[in-house]
Amino acid sequence: MDAEHNQPRHLLEPTDDLTADQRHELIASMRPSDAEGVPELHEVGIPDELREQIELLMARYPQLRSASIPALWAIQRHYGWCSPDGIRQAAAVMGVTPAYLQSVASFYDLFATEPVGRHRVLVCTNISCWMRGGDELLEAFCEATGADPHEAGHHGASSGDGEFFVKGFECLGACDLAPMASLDQRYYGPLTDADALAAIEALRAGDEPLPEKALARIGAAGGPEPAPDPRLPADPVAPGGEAEEASGT
Amino acid sequence: MSRAAETRVLFRHIDEPGLATLDGYRHHGGYKALERAARELDPGDLLGAFEDSGLRGRGGAGFSMGKKGSFLPHGEMSKYVCCNADESEPGAFKDRELMMKNPHQLIEGVAIAAVAVGAAHSFIFIRGEYWEIADVLDRAVREAYEANLLGANVLNSGTRVELVVHRGAGAYICGEETALLDALEGKRGNPRLKPPFPAIQGLYGGPTLINNVETLSNLPHIVNNGASWFKSFGTEQSPGTKVVSVSGCVQRPGNYEVELGISSRELIFGLAGGPPDGRRVKAWFPGGSSAPVLTEAELDLPYSFEAMAEAGSMLGSGSIIIADDTVSIPHLALRTARFYHHESCGKCTPCREGTNWTVKMLERITRGEATPMDLEIIASVQENIIGHCLCVLGDSMAMPVGAMVAKFRDEFERAIEAAREPGRGEFDASPIDRPLTTGVQAA
Repeated sequence: MDAEHNQPRHLLEPTDDLTADQRHELIASMRPSDAEGVPELHEVGIPDELREQIELLMARYPQLRSASIPALWAIQRHYGWCSPDGIRQAAAVMGVTPAYLQSVASFYDLFATEPVGRHRVLVCTNISCWMRGGDELLEAFCEATGADPHEAGHHGASSGDGEFFVKGFECLGACDLAPMASLDQRYYGPLTDADALAAIEALRAGDEPLPEKALARIGAAGGPEPAPDPRLPADPVAPGGEAEEASGT
Repeated sequence: MSRAAETRVLFRHIDEPGLATLDGYRHHGGYKALERAARELDPGDLLGAFEDSGLRGRGGAGFSMGKKGSFLPHGEMSKYVCCNADESEPGAFKDRELMMKNPHQLIEGVAIAAVAVGAAHSFIFIRGEYWEIADVLDRAVREAYEANLLGANVLNSGTRVELVVHRGAGAYICGEETALLDALEGKRGNPRLKPPFPAIQGLYGGPTLINNVETLSNLPHIVNNGASWFKSFGTEQSPGTKVVSVSGCVQRPGNYEVELGISSRELIFGLAGGPPDGRRVKAWFPGGSSAPVLTEAELDLPYSFEAMAEAGSMLGSGSIIIADDTVSIPHLALRTARFYHHESCGKCTPCREGTNWTVKMLERITRGEATPMDLEIIASVQENIIGHCLCVLGDSMAMPVGAMVAKFRDEFERAIEAAREPGRGEFDASPIDRPLTTGVQAA
């Protein structure tokens, strides 16, 4: 773009016998004038509470960059999506470039790099859910929210009123609940078309959707508790019966 | 068929209210194993016991856990333990239940592994979709810190074990161990070239032990009861119990803990109830969607690492997906291929392009634009993916899709013919397409 920074002479000359200093100078001269470095904290206007949150996250790891995904989660929770401003703010706190955090955000499916509807509806359409009606469930959620079904099946679609974001998602790890969906990061299943409508109405009204179908409330592993295998110890490492329990309480 | 019995070790007391709390877990002897490991046992003996137990990794590869631990160099340096809780393989949901219902069993397992290899920092990398499960883990980790079961001086033993629950953000590839490390270092989750293996150079360049949730959850039981006790379950080459996720066209989908070596039929029919009445098993994935599919004729195989490998498939993470005779195999292949295409990180060409072209070719079949020759091309594309990438994501599509084309070739040919008939619409109108709907649950 900028003729001053685009000098063919440098690019054509061999660079292997440059000294380290010359090489650094060359690299600096190639840097586009509009490249954004690490923003300063005072430039980005990050809310104190968000800054403190990200600083706490960085302190959890032996190396601070490990906090990039958690920091993006914090940004997404605060702004509803990983907005460019939010990313600049996190970058300023972490001492990395916004481009770096943007590259991380764009890699992961759960980060929204564009504004999306307020409630997130992820419908599993992978093998086990598909065999049990996952595609139909996705359609039912689209109908209930008004999100575009074709878009929802590809990149996800927000409803016109901005209330919902609906996306056909890869396996959510709940094939026992097929067909299922994740509503605002909680799992529900197995769901019927009527459940989809009821869930959307509940979310609109600010209620908890489908409490009886929430994963958190579902009991069992596969079957009822079998009689203990004779090889199992009375209880793993006999805890010494009453005395042990008494000391615990 | 009478209902077969589960053998619950990891799932023991699983539905007891309060098991997820520290008190509930301690009530059944929880953290006794960590106490012994941190205070009494020699780290080398611990790893020796894990190796003697024959415990094989439960995340997919089935590698000896003790051997993996012994690859880490000795001496003073920053070492790490990472628990792989990125469970994203279609069909797998066992770790979810293990973590949600019994988080302390895992935390104790991670801490024992950390003591055994001398790692001061440990991480549980959990997929971002499991948000509410990560909340459960966070609560349990807090409890463990407060009780001095984690921290700078675990149970006053002088050993430091820090544990952080790290939430991912939605990428199947992060279940691949080196991609997991990159994600944990705060980068895009791309796999690394191996060697060096993580045991030598892993997280932050330090020696790192990476194990699956279920593998680590087994450790407290081995410390408590010994290696030979562990070997009294399962088969010689596949000792122990296994939590198996069964889903798809079965009447009772769910997690079942069984001894390895149980007959697959018993597992699928006896425990999971088999397909709805009047339907038959057509194809089944024995180890998640990456495993080459098996057929009805292979239902009597023992469910073990070795028997599945002999049959040309794999036990993988222990996730069975059943497709019954209402399911169209070409559509199943397409659904499978689309997943891997979406999840390919794009770093290696055979995977990035191979998954893309496989999806396109399978779509052509369903749209009536394919000829039988396309089946040869699909098969050759799969062969050219396998073994040619940094990680096994591409292979994970190539193996099941290749197996479907090989084992159900007739059906592909019929589908190609039928879809080409004039007047047929695309996709939905192809033969035997209607997958089963929610009807199964009513059964």
